[in-house]
Amino acid sequence: MTRPPRARAATYGTRGSRVAAGIAIAIPCAFIAVFFAYPVASILGRGLAPNGALDLDPLRRVFTDPTQRGVVWFTVWQAALSTLLTLVLALPGAYVLARLRFPGRSLVRALVTIPFVMPTVLVASAFLALGVPRSLGAILLAHVFFNYAVVVRVVGELWRHLDPQEEDAARMLGASRLRVFREITLPALRPGIVAAATITFLFCFTSFGVILFLGGPTRSTIETEIYRQTTRFLDLPLAAALSIVQLAAVIALLWLVGRFQRGASVPRRLRAAREVEHRPRSIADRVLLVTNLTVMATLLALPLGELVVRSLTPPSGPGFGYYRALGTVRAGSTLFVAPLDAVGNSLRFAVVATVIAVTVGGLAAWAGVRTRSRWLEGALALPLGISAVTLGFGFLIALDEPPLDLRGSQWLVPLAQALVAMPFVVLLTAPVLRAIDPRMRDAATMLGASPARVRRAVDLPIAARALFVAAAFAFAISLGEFGATTFVARPDTPTIPIVVYRLLGQPGDVSFGAAMAASCILMLLVALAVLAGDRVRAGRLGEF
Amino acid sequence: MRRIPVLLAALAALAALAALAAVPAAAGAQASPKPQTITLVTHDSFAVSKDVLGAFTKRTGITVKILQVGDAGQVVNQAILTKDNPLGDVLFGVDNTFLSRAVDEGIFEQYRSPALDGVPAALQLDPKNRVTPIDYGDVCINYDKQWFADRKLKLPRTLADLTKPTYKGALVVEDPSTSSPGLAFLLATVQEFGPDGWQQYWKQLVDNDVQVVDGWEQAYYEAFSGGGQGGKRPLVVSYASSPAAAVVFADPPISTSPIGTMTQSCFRQVEFAGILKGTEHRAAARQLVDFMLSEQFQGDVPLQMFVYPVVEGTTLPKVFTQNADAAESPYEMSPTRIGKQRDAWIREWTGIVLR
Repeated sequence: MTRPPRARAATYGTRGSRVAAGIAIAIPCAFIAVFFAYPVASILGRGLAPNGALDLDPLRRVFTDPTQRGVVWFTVWQAALSTLLTLVLALPGAYVLARLRFPGRSLVRALVTIPFVMPTVLVASAFLALGVPRSLGAILLAHVFFNYAVVVRVVGELWRHLDPQEEDAARMLGASRLRVFREITLPALRPGIVAAATITFLFCFTSFGVILFLGGPTRSTIETEIYRQTTRFLDLPLAAALSIVQLAAVIALLWLVGRFQRGASVPRRLRAAREVEHRPRSIADRVLLVTNLTVMATLLALPLGELVVRSLTPPSGPGFGYYRALGTVRAGSTLFVAPLDAVGNSLRFAVVATVIAVTVGGLAAWAGVRTRSRWLEGALALPLGISAVTLGFGFLIALDEPPLDLRGSQWLVPLAQALVAMPFVVLLTAPVLRAIDPRMRDAATMLGASPARVRRAVDLPIAARALFVAAAFAFAISLGEFGATTFVARPDTPTIPIVVYRLLGQPGDVSFGAAMAASCILMLLVALAVLAGDRVRAGRLGEF
Repeated sequence: MRRIPVLLAALAALAALAALAAVPAAAGAQASPKPQTITLVTHDSFAVSKDVLGAFTKRTGITVKILQVGDAGQVVNQAILTKDNPLGDVLFGVDNTFLSRAVDEGIFEQYRSPALDGVPAALQLDPKNRVTPIDYGDVCINYDKQWFADRKLKLPRTLADLTKPTYKGALVVEDPSTSSPGLAFLLATVQEFGPDGWQQYWKQLVDNDVQVVDGWEQAYYEAFSGGGQGGKRPLVVSYASSPAAAVVFADPPISTSPIGTMTQSCFRQVEFAGILKGTEHRAAARQLVDFMLSEQFQGDVPLQMFVYPVVEGTTLPKVFTQNADAAESPYEMSPTRIGKQRDAWIREWTGIVLR
C-alpha cells in the first residue's frame, strides 16, 4: 500500500496565527510550571538537599538496598504485564464498541467507563467478596478492570472514524482478515494503541490502592513505598530518591513513546462513525460481539453489580435503607455531609477541573499539532507519572506564599484533579487533530471555501467533537478522583469519594452499607455524564 | 483552526467566572479581623457535633475552620514540613506514637490549659506542655461473639493465648508501617514480651497463620467475621470502642453488640492538641484548646470519634458503658521510647512477618 502524503507544514504563517500559537504554547507551559514542576521540584529539593547541599546517597540506596531494588523491579514488571493484559482484553472490546452496531451500545459504552473512576477500596472489597484472593492475579485483574475504558475510549475513538475503504480494497484483492488487520488496521490504529498503552502503563506504574488493598502487604510499588516513607517514617530523602526514579522512568517512557509515535501518525481519511459502523454481519463479527460482551460482563459488570446488589440489600430487608442512611448516619456532626451536598461538591469541582483540563490540554494539543512537536504533550502527561503524595506535599510547601497561597483553598482540589485529567484531554484530542487529512482542507478550498470557512467547516467540528469526548472523560475522572484529592489539605467540602472513605473508617453495618450506596450514586453520575457527553456530540455537533 | 484558541480562551474566561462563582475565595475569610476565624488542622476522623462547635463560636466569636489532611501520620508530617509557614493555628490528632517526633521538631508552642487539672497525670505525657491530651482510645483485639459461641470455643484472654493451635488462622492484624492500630498492636507485643522477646512471639503468630492486611478498613470489613461483610476470621486488631460503634451503626437496630473486646490485649493511644508555632491568633487558639477540655466537648467525644474523654468524671453515653469494655491495665509506652525505636521495630517486624 502507499501511504497518504504527510501533512505539509500547515498553510498558516500569518503573524496573527503565530501569536495565537505562541499563546497556545505559553498557557499550558505556565500551568505545568506553576502547578507541577515548581511544587515537585520544591519537595524533591527538600528531600535531596535538606541543608542546601545536594546529597545523592538516598539515590544510591534505592539501587543498592535489595528491598528498594525489589520494589522498583516489581513496579516495572507488574505494570508491563498489566498493560499487556489490558490491551489483549480491551482491544477486541474497542472494536466491538466502535464498529458494530447493536442495541444498547451507547449504554454499554457508558457502562464500561464507570470502573475507571470507582474508589479502589470498594472495588477491592467487591473482588474479594467475589472470591478473588489477594494475589498478583488480583492486582492484574483489577488493573484491567480500571483501565479497560482507557483502551476502549482512546483506541475506539480512532477506530470509529477510520475509513474502511482501504481494508475493503485489500479484502477484495484477496488478503486474509488477519493480514488486513495486521498490515492496514493495526498501523492505522497504532497512535491510539500506543497512547492507550502509555496511559495504562502510567496508571499501573503509579498504582496505589490496588496494590495495597489487593496485593497484600508483601507487595509494594514505588508509589506505595513513597507513601510509606513520607507519611510514616518522614524519610524525605528516600522518598525523594524514589520519586526521582519514578519520574525518570516516566520521562524515559514518554520520550520513547514520542519517538515511536513520530512518523507513526499519518493523516488518515476520517469518516463519520455512522458510515463506518455496521451491524454484525459475519459469523466472526457475531462471535466477537458475544465474546466481548461476556468479557465485559464478567470482568467489569460483575464486581460493579455485586456492589449495587449489596447496597440494595441491607440486613433489615431489601430496599433503599443504606441510601436513606447516607442522609442520617452522623447527622449533626462536623463529619456529616448531606448526600446532595457531596454530590454538589463533586459536580462543582468536576466542572471547574474539566474546564481547566480542557482549556489547558486542548491548547497544548492544538499547539503541539501545529508546531508538529510532541514535547508539550509529553510534559502534560508527566503528572500521571508522579506520586500523589509527592505532589500533595509539594503543593503544601511550594504554593504557600502570596500571590499563590493556595493552602486550604478550594482551588486545590480542582487543580489537582485537572492535573490528572489533562493528559487524557491531550491524548484524546491530539491524535484526532493530527489525523485531519489535509486533502479535506484542499478539497474544501478547491470547492471555493475561504480559509476561514475551511477552518470553520473542517477543523472546528472535528476539534470540538474531540474536545467534547475529552471533556466528558475528564469530567468522569474528576468525579471519581481520590488520590490527589486526599493528599491536598482541603477545607470541609467533601466529594463523594471522600465521603466513601470517611464512612469506611468507622465500624458498623450502616457505615459500610452507606459507603456502598455512595459509590453507587457515583456510578450513576459517571454513567450519566458519559451518556450525556455521547448524546451532546452526536446530536448537536453532528459527526464528520 | 485558528478558532480553536479563541474557543479555548472563551472557555478559560468561562472557567474563571464559573470558578469564582462556585469557589468562594479562601482569602476573603482570613481578611476580616473581627469576628475571628482560626484554623484547626486535623485528620480525617476528627468529628464534633455541629451544635457543640456552634456554641463555642457563639460564646467566643471565634469561627473554627477545619482543615483535614489525611490520617494522623500525614497530619504530623505535613505540620513538620510546613513549620516555617504553618497551615493553621491549632493541630489536633497527634498521638503518643508520633508525639516525640512532633515535639522534637519544635512545631508546637507551650501552653498549659487550666482545664488540664482535671486530666489524670498518666495521660499528661508531655511535661513541658507543648501538647494537651484531649482523648484516648485503646487499640485492642475484638472478637466475633457468634463465631466463638457456635464452636463452643473458649475466648483467648492474653496475647500469649493467640499462638495456641486453637486459634490458628483466627487473627487478622494491620501492617504497622501503614496503619496506626497496626503500630499500636506491635507496641503492645513489644511491651508484653520485651525488646528481645517480641520477635519470637511474632514468629509464632506467623506459624499460627496470622493474616496481615494494609489498613483497618480491610481488616475489619474484609477479613473479620464480625464486620458483617463476609469475613472469615473471628479476631481482629481494632478498638475497645468498636463494640459500641457496632451498636450505634447497626442495621437493623440492636441493643447488644455482636462483638467483644479482649481487655488484656490493649495498647493505649492518647490524642493531643497543640498550638502551632507562628500562629497569629494565640489567644483564640488557647481558647480552642481550653474548649476541647470543656465538659461539653469532652462529653461529645465518645459518640463523635469513638474514643474516651481524658477529663475525669465525664459522663459516658449508655451505649459505651454497656458495650465498650474498658481495657484492664492497658499497655503503655513512653513517647520518647516509641520515637527512638519505632522505625527500627517496624523494619524488624517487616523482616520477620512479611518477608
